[in-house]
Amino acid sequence: MTTIDATPPAADQKGAALNRRRRVYRPNTKYIPILATLALLVVMYISGLVNYENFDQPSVIVNLFRDNAVLLAVAVGMTFVILTGGIDLSVGAVISLTTTLAATLLQGGWPPLLVLPLVLLLGALLGAGMGAVIHYFKVEPFIATLAGLFLARGLALFINQNSIPIRDKLWIALSDLRIPLGETTKTTLTAIVALAVVLIAAGVLAWTRFGRNVYAIGGSADSALLMGLPVARTRIAVYTISGFCAALGGVLYTINSTSGHALQGTGTELDAIASCVIGGVLLTGGAGYVFGSLLGVMVFGLITTIINFQGDLNAAWTRIVVGILLFGFIVLQRLVTRRAR
Amino acid sequence: MTILKNRLFWPVAILVALLIVNVFTSNQFITLQDGHLFGTLIDILRGSAPLILVALGMTLVISTGGIDLSVGSVMAISGAVACLLIKDLGDQNAVGSVLLIVGVAIVVSAALGLWNGSLVAVVGIQPIIATLILMVAGRGLAQLVTDGQIINVQSSPYATIATGFFLTLPVAFLIAMAAVVLISVLTRRTALGLLLESVGGSPSASRLAGIRAKRIIVMVYVVSGAFAGLAGLIYSANIKSADSIAAGNLIELDAILAVVIGGTALIGGRFSILGTVIGAILIQTLQVTVVGIGVPSKATLLFKAVVVVVLCLSQSATFREKVFGRFKIRTGVPA
Repeated sequence: MTTIDATPPAADQKGAALNRRRRVYRPNTKYIPILATLALLVVMYISGLVNYENFDQPSVIVNLFRDNAVLLAVAVGMTFVILTGGIDLSVGAVISLTTTLAATLLQGGWPPLLVLPLVLLLGALLGAGMGAVIHYFKVEPFIATLAGLFLARGLALFINQNSIPIRDKLWIALSDLRIPLGETTKTTLTAIVALAVVLIAAGVLAWTRFGRNVYAIGGSADSALLMGLPVARTRIAVYTISGFCAALGGVLYTINSTSGHALQGTGTELDAIASCVIGGVLLTGGAGYVFGSLLGVMVFGLITTIINFQGDLNAAWTRIVVGILLFGFIVLQRLVTRRAR
Repeated sequence: MTILKNRLFWPVAILVALLIVNVFTSNQFITLQDGHLFGTLIDILRGSAPLILVALGMTLVISTGGIDLSVGSVMAISGAVACLLIKDLGDQNAVGSVLLIVGVAIVVSAALGLWNGSLVAVVGIQPIIATLILMVAGRGLAQLVTDGQIINVQSSPYATIATGFFLTLPVAFLIAMAAVVLISVLTRRTALGLLLESVGGSPSASRLAGIRAKRIIVMVYVVSGAFAGLAGLIYSANIKSADSIAAGNLIELDAILAVVIGGTALIGGRFSILGTVIGAILIQTLQVTVVGIGVPSKATLLFKAVVVVVLCLSQSATFREKVFGRFKIRTGVPA
């Protein structure tokens, strides 16, 4: 179950036998969910190639990142939280608060270079606050972040209930910016930022002490505490990261659409959680990879793309297909973890 | 001092405070008019019926250590099925047919609950993910049933479910109370409540003690599905149409909140039906009060958020200990 690669000492014969069995299975079981998601992505892409014209254009793949940049950023933050065994329901509301606040401040003539760090800081602070409540007051993550959801969306609606256009020059310039990739394809800044977030997060989780702590707390918070790991700091940090990523998602949204709306981001938390699960992140914590969440988001995006290419399908099918996929992956995870035990 | 220690003291105190505010702010708090009771208090009771039903099912699910996120989607599906069938009736006012359709919608909802329960108990998936599947897919299913449209019906027997009065009280509230009484009797006058709590405390220990834990877990999800379906019928009868997008949107969060306010532990093993009912009515009262005291509509959610934050913190024993503990004069032996 746990992904920490420290070799446990062979205490007695039974333990050693168990460890040997685990060592045989671990490399396989650890990657099975993520490989299954990858295989699914390939199958979906090939079926798209076979069935639709113009599906072979590189822009189809590049646009996956552009269209899902917000979800990608949020899913990365959610991955950190879920890895510790928690959950963050507030991300969608933090997006709406960020977009509304950024658009309102820019409309009021605030300098964009001040607005940008300000809204990102606000998202991080909200996350840190929820993390502190969860850790110090022992409120369930589900309930604490639910209160955070109401608070953030309440603030957003209080600021403005309508869609606010952004006329700021820097924002529009960022929105119009196209980064060439090869000869014919171009992508937006938002896609690059989202991809950068994924890479940084993957590096942090894989190679830093903080990343190890996150996995350790997800494996067992009590053991992590007894081992002397900074549980309080780490737990607050993951919610801070999630809040920051959600705020970043909000900023990416304002850049994509050059507007802000308090109802933007409704339900994003569920899409992010679903992406993580499809990407093989265990909701009990302790196992999973940021790249898995990336693949989960890509599956999400590819379903929408295929439904768009098909043209005559009801948008309701997106939700149904995602539900079926969720079911498939959860059963797969269940089988994998059961065998690993 | 003992009354202050009761888990339900703070929720009840806040509920009473909100009701007192309503006495002063509303034009008519409670009067008799057109042969039935009328006024803000009755509006609150009537409006809280769907939430009470959903939260009641949620209480049972949570008492076994589970959670049901799919209730909102089940509400949407149940309303969609009912309106679709009623629309095809020759005579939409035929009481017998409408009752039959109501039965069908509830059976469909119970079947959806059976799906959730099987995933949790038989396949062994974590409840939060198992019900997430139906939560995501269910709203899509409801949209398929209604073909993405809002189906309007003109059926007075159907509308009675939500807007009718019986013995001067709203029918919707009576339905909810009937469910509450039924569940209270079943859980507190038979061994069922004990079994639920023991399964919530430890499913494997209960199984070793001879309790059929799996069957009980499946059962609570079926009940939760059926109650959510009933709530969906009340919701759709109230607006005389099936709106597969708005029906039951975010109600799972309100329901979980009602359960937590009522003192049921989210980890299972302990539950309070009365607490849940108070929690649900409190949430509905809060919504009515916010409008009543003239909080601008843009600030309603913010107001609710503040109350929710205060409630959540006041329920945390650690928070009370840390914040109020230092003011307490320590006397005698610490408990």
